[in-house]
Amino acid sequence: MFHAKNYVLAQSLDEAWELNQKRTNKIVGGMAWMKMGKQNYQTVIDLSALHLDQIQETEDAFSLGCMVTLHQMEIHPGLETCFQGAVRESVRHIVGVQFRNCATVGGSLFGRFGFSDVLTCFLALGAEVELYRAGRMSLERFASMPYDNDILVRVLLPKNGLRVAYQSMRNTATDFPVLAVAVSLEPGKGWLAAVGARPGKAVCHPWPQDPSQPLSQQMEDFATHVQSHTAFGTNMRGSAEYRRHLCGVLMRRAMEKIKSADPTLADC
Amino acid sequence: MTIKFWLNGKLTEDTIAADTLLLDYLRTKRCYSVKRGCETANCGLCTVLLEEKPVLSCSTLAARVNGKHVTTLEGLQAEAEEFGAFLADQGAEQCGFCNPGFIMNVLAMMRERKDPTEEEIREYLAGNLCRCSGFVGQERAIQAYLTWKREGESV
Amino acid sequence: MKYVNAPVRKKDAMALVTGQPVYTDDLAPADCLIVKVLRSPHAHALIREIRTDAAQKVPGVACIFTWQDVPNKRFTYAGQTYPEPSPYDRLILDRRVRYVGDPVAIVAGEDEVCVDRALKLIKVTYDVLEPVLDFRKAKDNPILVHPEDDWKTLCQVGADNRRNLCASGKDAKGDVDAVLAECPYVVEETYHTKANQQAMMETFRAFSYKDVYGRLNVVASTQITFHVRRILSHALDIPKSKIRVVKPRIGGGFGAKQTSVAEVFPAFVTWKTGKPAKMVFTREESQIASSPRHEMEITVRLGADQGGRIRAIDVHTLSNTGAYGEHGPTTVGLSGHKSIPLYSRADAFRFTYDVVYTNVMSAGAYRGYGATQGIFAVESAVNELAARMHMDPAHLRQINMTREGDVMPAYYGETANSCHLEGCLTKAKEMFGWEEKFPSKDMGNGKVRGVGMALAMQGSSISNVDTASVSIKVNDDGFYSLMIGASDMGTGCDTILAQMVADCMDCDMENIAVYGVDTDTSPYDSGSYASSTTYLTGMAVVKTCETLRTRIVKEGAKILKCAPEEAEFDGKGVHCLADPSRFVTLKDLANEAMCANDNALFATESHYSPVSPPPFMVGMAEVEVDLETGKTELLDYVAVVDCGTVVNPNLARVQTEGGLVQGIGMALYEDVVYSSQGKDYSNSFMQYKLPTRLDIGTIRVAFDSSYEPTGPFGAKSIGEIVINTPSPAIADAIYHATGKRFRSLPITPERIVMEEGR
Repeated sequence: MFHAKNYVLAQSLDEAWELNQKRTNKIVGGMAWMKMGKQNYQTVIDLSALHLDQIQETEDAFSLGCMVTLHQMEIHPGLETCFQGAVRESVRHIVGVQFRNCATVGGSLFGRFGFSDVLTCFLALGAEVELYRAGRMSLERFASMPYDNDILVRVLLPKNGLRVAYQSMRNTATDFPVLAVAVSLEPGKGWLAAVGARPGKAVCHPWPQDPSQPLSQQMEDFATHVQSHTAFGTNMRGSAEYRRHLCGVLMRRAMEKIKSADPTLADC
Repeated sequence: MTIKFWLNGKLTEDTIAADTLLLDYLRTKRCYSVKRGCETANCGLCTVLLEEKPVLSCSTLAARVNGKHVTTLEGLQAEAEEFGAFLADQGAEQCGFCNPGFIMNVLAMMRERKDPTEEEIREYLAGNLCRCSGFVGQERAIQAYLTWKREGESV
Repeated sequence: MKYVNAPVRKKDAMALVTGQPVYTDDLAPADCLIVKVLRSPHAHALIREIRTDAAQKVPGVACIFTWQDVPNKRFTYAGQTYPEPSPYDRLILDRRVRYVGDPVAIVAGEDEVCVDRALKLIKVTYDVLEPVLDFRKAKDNPILVHPEDDWKTLCQVGADNRRNLCASGKDAKGDVDAVLAECPYVVEETYHTKANQQAMMETFRAFSYKDVYGRLNVVASTQITFHVRRILSHALDIPKSKIRVVKPRIGGGFGAKQTSVAEVFPAFVTWKTGKPAKMVFTREESQIASSPRHEMEITVRLGADQGGRIRAIDVHTLSNTGAYGEHGPTTVGLSGHKSIPLYSRADAFRFTYDVVYTNVMSAGAYRGYGATQGIFAVESAVNELAARMHMDPAHLRQINMTREGDVMPAYYGETANSCHLEGCLTKAKEMFGWEEKFPSKDMGNGKVRGVGMALAMQGSSISNVDTASVSIKVNDDGFYSLMIGASDMGTGCDTILAQMVADCMDCDMENIAVYGVDTDTSPYDSGSYASSTTYLTGMAVVKTCETLRTRIVKEGAKILKCAPEEAEFDGKGVHCLADPSRFVTLKDLANEAMCANDNALFATESHYSPVSPPPFMVGMAEVEVDLETGKTELLDYVAVVDCGTVVNPNLARVQTEGGLVQGIGMALYEDVVYSSQGKDYSNSFMQYKLPTRLDIGTIRVAFDSSYEPTGPFGAKSIGEIVINTPSPAIADAIYHATGKRFRSLPITPERIVMEEGR
């Protein structure tokens, strides 16, 4: 457990941001990860009072406040329909309901953890994040930025009519993934795959739709491409070689799922 | 710092250190049903209700419950006895150490889902580890409890 | 009989399900000093210098102890009957540290914050030494784990600290090599099981205080209350008369708490400071500095004739006891003595073994206690023999397995006086649908189902060693106090023994108050381990009740003014045989016995057994393997157990289910993994994965009971045997699904995809 001298329930984002500029201060999200550290902080900053625990749906996007919990995402009917269950699928394996009632979307994404299911899934959904100072940017860009003292305020999931599927392989049901793959297809535009738990941070691979190729060929080419253009590593949960193998399997399964869910995508 | 919150329905005011975990704090308030089984948020032994939702008190700052309602098994004794009797009738309580967290989550599940399927039960309770029972007896107890509820709590 | 064989609720059940404060840490005084230890970051080192001056100055710190402050007499933490087979190779703190996590200093203070600060301020200079980490290279390695001159063994177990040998030995009958040479079918393979953590939900913990008589009182979460008294006496070098140990409710043990892992530290602090002290292990400490299963590598040679009759079994076990020898010399014995006798009709057997020291955490006792490892090896070899002979492995067992009345040469020549193994197999096959499912089924979607099976046995107590005593007294109004020295660790022995009392005394369960365990007042019991309590303490209950009944009759006869031979006790009271209308109720009798009486209505009896009757069982597993990912889903597990008379069907069933799930974890993912420097990576529940309820599929349990003539009401044991079948059964099911043979555990998805598995 970390140590902290003070706890501040921020009354405004401005106050939170000011406090967060000090190196020894830290924003607490769901705390599931942070509590395992042994750091000494001067002040921990809580964003709980800023009404950032809501999922709002507009005509063209979902807006998730950073304090929205994983369980809220899991049971949200709008997300379920719009993303064909992929969001729920990405979080339902994470430890247990009590854990998912603590862990927040902001904490999951800000940490940019290698094992993050949420990061993997949201990358494929083309998510954007809203940072208090730096403003809006793609999650993909945010994921590649160094850690700083800004505040991740919201996550935006655009409603682009995506076809989505989420696949992960775990050694036990509620363990971290050995590998996670999220694939989306924006009909007429192209495919996007995110590969997480490599075990490094999730990476994205776009792939154009090529109408001259049969769908099954496109899918096979894309799977092979992602498999060979992703860097994999070894940790306790699996070797780089196994992960590369799994990547091909999960890519094909994700695309197959998308294809079988939508008859209009049938091979011609 | 000071906090003011409802512990098992009773308004409670206290001075705490900023980094006190809810789990440790609750045990100082004699809520001994709240147990620690790990340091990595994996076991579910420390489950309590925060604003009616099951959370891990090992991953919650006590400071965060200010103005809120916290419920432990000490505050749900009637429900604990009611469901616990079904567990006891299977012998599935075994060492009992995981029971309070498990029962808190069962009661939370019952509030969230009226008639959960077997799969939903397993998924909802997956974060509650038990090393004695192999889970099977726990699930027999839940099924018997659900049946009893469905049949209008007769007998 | 009213209670034996009935699904009686555990006597403590409602207290547990309502979360009452009944465990060690719930009971500790609020003003306990908090005790923690500084642990070695090195697998092997000598402490050159240790400076505690800065740490001593932290406000709130009460005391700091290093190797210079502790008694210099070696002892063992193993909870075994004296003289212990485990070598005396420990000090509370030693100048030589032997694994990453070995205690270096003890710190006690007013709260965790000051103790944590002090721990950081202790400055240790180590002379880092090369460790012995590969247990295959430990024997006769020039690097010695225990080079010290005061290392000693109390029993002849074939130990030699100058060779890194904690034990070695041999047992044989017939000429194995000659018989094997005659066999047309010989399987010779080597199997490897890893260390596993018991992972009981309540970590190791104890608190201590001095009582009004200046004696050291220790309340501990332990399975071995009486042994802890002796261990503390040895460790602290103080008389046993100065120590009292009490066991409250404990949050699981599974053998982990058959080793005194935590007790010594708070006890030493209290003894030195006079202040109450408490130590609660973190989960990390429970994972890295505890008492896990012995890693073993077992080579099996199995020979059969043309018809599939197993003629010879040769087993060699190499066991890794780690840095200290707790349970090292004894666990290894079970790897042969409780695997080979499953096929006692063989013409010859040989069992040889070495137990070696290495620089990883000490192993200990874990449910199954070596039998689990041996059965994985022998049952896997039998499954391989079946495959080699194109024979159904169930049929191969039918030809060869031990049957009632068979003498078991590899089991100290004991006879299987109660054995329904054949009935278990028949029932298991039927419940499981073995004939239909064997060997595999391609589901046509990249997934293949496969089935596998295994037999298992264990013992019931340690023959000619374990001792159980029970006291029962009659109180006012005729209720009974049952005092036991066996440690209920959640398994329900308090209840099971009370069930037996109720039937022996013809009374209601409510009429019996159970008390245990307190070394000052409980009758002696070696403790709850070695599958002994139901069988051995149960028999002590039967004997005690017989004696107590005699005394009640005597008291009743006195009141009724007839001879004791002419009176009878029926549970309600004593009456004259000749004239049943002359009757005194137990209530009146008991109350009268509290006035001008010289016949104590109290009985104590002890029991030991010259035999250790094995329970038997059959386990069958059906898995579905995703051939692309290697993911193995356990679909169905059927277990049929012969534990003799089932004293409490609910508790026996839950024991079985719980043991099976631990075995499933062992087979598929539980693994203690060390770095190349000897650091334990499996240091949390995040990294050491236990099965969750989503991982286990369907589990079905049934009983086929024999009647054990030497057991109480015909009962044998059940606690340990139930963990033994999953590993070999699941490994063979995976073989049938994938065609790949895995001889080491755990069988992870990656291995299924990436390894050849020949």
